[in-house]
Amino acid sequence: MSQLYPVTVTINAQVYQRKVEARLLLSDFLRHELGLTGAHVGCEHGVCGACTILFDGESARSCLMFAVQADGHSLLTVEGLANSPGQLHPLQQAFWEAHGLQCGYCTPGILMTLLPFLERNPHPTELEIRQALSGNLCRCTGYQHIVDAVKLAADKLAAPG
Amino acid sequence: MKPAPFEYQNPDTLEQALGQLAEYGAEAKLLAGGQSLVPAMNFRVAQPRVLIDLNRLGELDFIKQENQTALLIGAMTRERRLEFDPMVAKWSPLLAEAIPFVAHPQIRNRGTVGGSLAHADPAAELPVIMLALGARYKARRASDERWIAASNFFSGMFSTGLAADEILVEIELPPMPPRTGWSFMEIAPRPGDYALMGVAVLIALDDRAACRQARLVYLNAGDGPLEAKEAARLLEGEMPKEAVIEAAAAFAAEKEINPFGNVHASPDFQRHLARVLTGRAIRRAVQRAREDISQ
Repeated sequence: MSQLYPVTVTINAQVYQRKVEARLLLSDFLRHELGLTGAHVGCEHGVCGACTILFDGESARSCLMFAVQADGHSLLTVEGLANSPGQLHPLQQAFWEAHGLQCGYCTPGILMTLLPFLERNPHPTELEIRQALSGNLCRCTGYQHIVDAVKLAADKLAAPG
Repeated sequence: MKPAPFEYQNPDTLEQALGQLAEYGAEAKLLAGGQSLVPAMNFRVAQPRVLIDLNRLGELDFIKQENQTALLIGAMTRERRLEFDPMVAKWSPLLAEAIPFVAHPQIRNRGTVGGSLAHADPAAELPVIMLALGARYKARRASDERWIAASNFFSGMFSTGLAADEILVEIELPPMPPRTGWSFMEIAPRPGDYALMGVAVLIALDDRAACRQARLVYLNAGDGPLEAKEAARLLEGEMPKEAVIEAAAAFAAEKEINPFGNVHASPDFQRHLARVLTGRAIRRAVQRAREDISQ
C-alpha cells in the first residue's frame, strides 16, 4: 500500500478531511472519495474543460491537480453554485431558459468557467464569450445556445435585486 | 488511477526543495503549475519516482521592480497574474500582449512562468517572449546559484541547460530601449490552442526613425524558440519601408525558420503564416515605436 497523505479542504463551505494517495487526481478525489460527481471527467489531460472547478476562487482543471495539493485550500464545485438544493443560480437558470445544454456533460465545467469570467467582465461581447468558452468542449449544442445563455446570464446577474 | 505511483515531497521553503533535489537528482521531477507535467503523468509518459511540489514556495511568487534596471519575476508566479499586473504592462508590454495567448484562463490560473520556461515546449509563447526581451534566468542549487541568458537556456525540444539539481527560481527582464515598438502575433485553430505559427517582434528606431535594432523570434519554427537574426539584419539601418519589411519577412520565413509541420499545418503553410505574420507584426511594432518617438 502506498503512503497516504492527509488532506483538509473546504469545498462549497464544508470542510472535508481525508487521507489519500499522492497520485490521486483532484477530479477523482471529488467524485470517488467525496461523492461530488458534478465535476465531470472527459479527457483527463486538460483539454475538454469538463472537470473545471474554482480553486481559491479561480477556474482550474481538477484533472491536472493532485488531491494532496488542495490541502488547506478552498474549492467551489457546481454543487455549491446555487444557494440551496432545488434552487438554481442565475447562471444555471439562464442555461435552462436558453437551452444552453443538451446532454449536459460539459455543463458543470462551463458554468464554473463562466462564474469568474462574468464577475470580471459583467457585460461581455459575443466574441469575448466565445473566447471564454474556448477551453470547454461541447459536442451537442454547436455552442450558439450556450452563447445565448451566457448573454442571458449576464443580463440576469446585472439586473438589480 | 491514471498516474503511476510516486513519492511526494511537499517542501515549505526553497532551501528544503533544493535539499530534496540534491538528494534525489534525476529521479525527481519538479511540480510547478502542472499543466504540462500532470497530463504527461496521466498518460504515463512521465513516471517520476519522486515528485517535488513547489506550490508552497510563496517566496518564488513575486513580480517586483529593481530600481529602474530590471523587472524580476518569481518562477512560481502564475501566468494569469502577469495578465493583470500593471508593472508588467508598463515594463514589458510585449509580455503583457502575449500572455492572453498562453492556453486558456483555466490553464493560466495554475501554469507558472518558470514551469513554462523549464518545460521548453517549442510551441510555447513564454520562451519566445523571454528570448526576444533578452531575459536572464537565475538557477539555484543547494550550494550556489548562477544566471543563464535566455539565449543560452534552450537546448532543443523540451530541453534546457538546467542541471538535474538546479531549480529555475527567477526571471530578470531588462528595460526596453527607448523608441522600441513591440508586437506578438500567432495563428491558432481556436483561441487558447497551440499556435500553428507565432512571432514576437521588437523594433527600435533611431533619431531619424530608421530601424536601429530588430528582433524576430518564432514559436513552432524549430526545436525551440527560434530567432531570425539574418532577417533582423535586413531591417537594421534601413528605413522601415514596405519593400524592406517584406524582404525581411520573406527571408525569415523561407531561409531561417525550420517548421516541422503537424496534423493541422504543413511546413509550407507554416512558412506562409510566418511570412504574413512577420510583415504584420513588424508594421505594428514600427507604428508603436513611432508613437513612442512622437511623445
